Amino acid sequence: MSDRRDSPEQAEFRQYCRRWIEEHRPAAPAFRMPLNPIEVATEEQRRYLAAWQKRCYEAGLIACDYPKDCGGGGHKGFQTVASQELGRAQVPFLVNVIGLSMAAPTILHHGTPEQKARFLPPLFAADEIWCQGFSEPGAGSDLANAQASAVRQGDHWVVNGHKVWTSLAHFASWMIMICRHSTTHKYDGLTYFIVPIADTKGVTVRPLIKITGETGFNEVLFEDVVVPDNLRLDDVGKGWTVAMTTLLHERGAAEGAGSGGGPSFEQELRALVALAKRTPRNGKTAWDDAVVRDKVMQLLVRAEGLRQTARRMRVTPLSDHPMRLPLQAKVLMTELMQDVGACGVEIAGAGASRYLGDPGAPDGGHWPHAYMNSYGMTIAAGSNEIQRNILGERVLGLAKSK
Amino acid sequence: MALTKDFGFGPDEQLVRDQARKFLRESFGIERLRKLVAADHHEAYESAVQPAPYDTALWQQMVELGWTALAVPEAAGGVGMKTIAVATLVEEVGRVALPSPLVSTLVTTMVLRAAGAMPWLERIAAGEAAALAATNAEGSWEPSDTGVEARSEGGRTILTGTAAFVQDARKASFFVVSARGPGGVGLYAVPANAPGLTITPDRIVDLTRDQATLTLSRVPVDAAGVVAPEGRGVAALEAAMPGVLTIVAADLCGAAEWQLQTTTEYAKTRVQFDHPIGFFQAVKHPIVNMMLAVDRARSLTYAAACAIDHEPDDAPRLARMAKAAASDAAAFCSDRSIQLHGGIGFTWECDVHLYFKRQKHNQLLYGDAAYQRAKLAELLDAR
Repeated sequence: MSDRRDSPEQAEFRQYCRRWIEEHRPAAPAFRMPLNPIEVATEEQRRYLAAWQKRCYEAGLIACDYPKDCGGGGHKGFQTVASQELGRAQVPFLVNVIGLSMAAPTILHHGTPEQKARFLPPLFAADEIWCQGFSEPGAGSDLANAQASAVRQGDHWVVNGHKVWTSLAHFASWMIMICRHSTTHKYDGLTYFIVPIADTKGVTVRPLIKITGETGFNEVLFEDVVVPDNLRLDDVGKGWTVAMTTLLHERGAAEGAGSGGGPSFEQELRALVALAKRTPRNGKTAWDDAVVRDKVMQLLVRAEGLRQTARRMRVTPLSDHPMRLPLQAKVLMTELMQDVGACGVEIAGAGASRYLGDPGAPDGGHWPHAYMNSYGMTIAAGSNEIQRNILGERVLGLAKSK
Repeated sequence: MALTKDFGFGPDEQLVRDQARKFLRESFGIERLRKLVAADHHEAYESAVQPAPYDTALWQQMVELGWTALAVPEAAGGVGMKTIAVATLVEEVGRVALPSPLVSTLVTTMVLRAAGAMPWLERIAAGEAAALAATNAEGSWEPSDTGVEARSEGGRTILTGTAAFVQDARKASFFVVSARGPGGVGLYAVPANAPGLTITPDRIVDLTRDQATLTLSRVPVDAAGVVAPEGRGVAALEAAMPGVLTIVAADLCGAAEWQLQTTTEYAKTRVQFDHPIGFFQAVKHPIVNMMLAVDRARSLTYAAACAIDHEPDDAPRLARMAKAAASDAAAFCSDRSIQLHGGIGFTWECDVHLYFKRQKHNQLLYGDAAYQRAKLAELLDAR
């Protein structure tokens, strides 16, 4: 599994990561592990995962490429190596995913030296968990329509509003949040803040129940919450620009949300074939049905296509436009996972009516659960309809939709 | 397992591809294609014998540029370039929907290579066009199915029967014919002017190629014409199949990229309801879906081409995936390219039908997407 593109330094670091992970791989916990960071529900899960992230950080596998004065390793090109090795090793995922993928790069780009020094080290160590406050009941795909308000009063701001889809808010110390300081301008009326969540007067975190019946993400209500001005990120009115920095990194987070933790799409497809081979159908198995085989093979072709496109992204003369392949990844990955889930439900047949907790459910009810849960991914991080607008406009140059 | 870096696409391969791109764009634009194959709809579909026009001077230039020698090993006087170079060159050929015997000759080259038939490879390297005649009248793509019988008579092999769906037959100077004898299937080289061989052109939808049925009536083949002896033909065809599928997939990808780009340009310029139609998501999103399909097919095609040279154990799987994905991409791009061009897209004067027809033809060659997926499931079972 060596990568021929590694520089000597990267190769050496890769060996170090591999050795360290093997020596420090945590013992499996007694409790059920969540499939991904969005599903962390209990305090014992949080404690277990936060402890693992902290060890990884202390070993130098997190924030490798951040400057040393921000608590980083000061290297270049090391994070890819560490992330690849963590992903391959199938160790628990990093729980502070919103912090690592979105808050940290945003703070690095737009924060003051004081903000970087205060917030980044405990973020990397998972001593403080982060959540993101972008979406609102009336601002989903049309993010710039955010209405949560921030009103300046001397050296602080008073925040009121309602954020939804806030994963990890129930454990979070901090939220990265866009607020409206002015109703005159849609985009220029936005300002970006770091807002305290845990034990903060006026903040209410309520779990939102997903269609799967599970908790996992939340809605957060703000009622006259006081935010000091030194928690503002970048200038007043720059909120949209800062948000773009965050979103630039969100796509990666959406794709990598399961890395090192929940099942990869390779594992899902293997499980799908195994399901077809053991599910009785017409006196044989579902796998003997030509229609089922064709459907499963279509999914396998798409999965291999994703792998080979990831490989092609590194070959400049074989990809026509620099953003053409990278911008496709979110749509392709999430729709593949959704269709794999749907196919599992179809193959399981009557058995797919049985859900989590039913002893007779095929694969413990995984297929209807995975299928329903997949809509989180096709909607999150810019719904796939928005992703198609972006591809059509930025890559193909089609006229911008409203 | 470490994967080959950059699909093995290095500076030499890029030079081949870029030169081909430049040459074809400069010498064979869409106007040339239209004038060559679609100047007269009556001529194209209703004349007594369907014409099979191609630019012979251009073909000579392609030979001089070494395109027929590209896939021929150096030992047989060829260039011995990697398959990724051949595939990316064919992609450019597909992009201009070039009528020429190049693809059928490259397909035949793959079979001759698998059989180790050096003298016949030398003829291809020297510029002769060839075609594979290994499909029976029912159109079976199974290498073991042939409509030709082989008999041994006085040290010669006598071929009798029918080979159908032979590509660019009227442009070929020799054929590689599969025939069944008492000891199994063998492969035989038969010159286009061999005694007892009749070439009957099909009337086909695609205007950018020709196709024919070969009728063999006691066609004699001497020892030099034996490409693969009795019992070795099926193995040679199977060994060649990854290369064959990759070449056709590359042609499909090139043409699908043209369909994507052309439909995109139309959506930028055609105005309805005060907007370029690409503004509307009912148009924009399907065009993006065309791109997603094309890129999946292209990535798999490059992977298959790379595997043929560097990871041969994985080549059969990746090549079938490439052909399946490319056939599906071509079907979708063909469908949307006509529909999104609207009223003009349904007319003879709009060029999209030329690509639509070439795609329909390539989609089914050597097995359509569903056929490839059935084969993939068999490969999965065998693992």
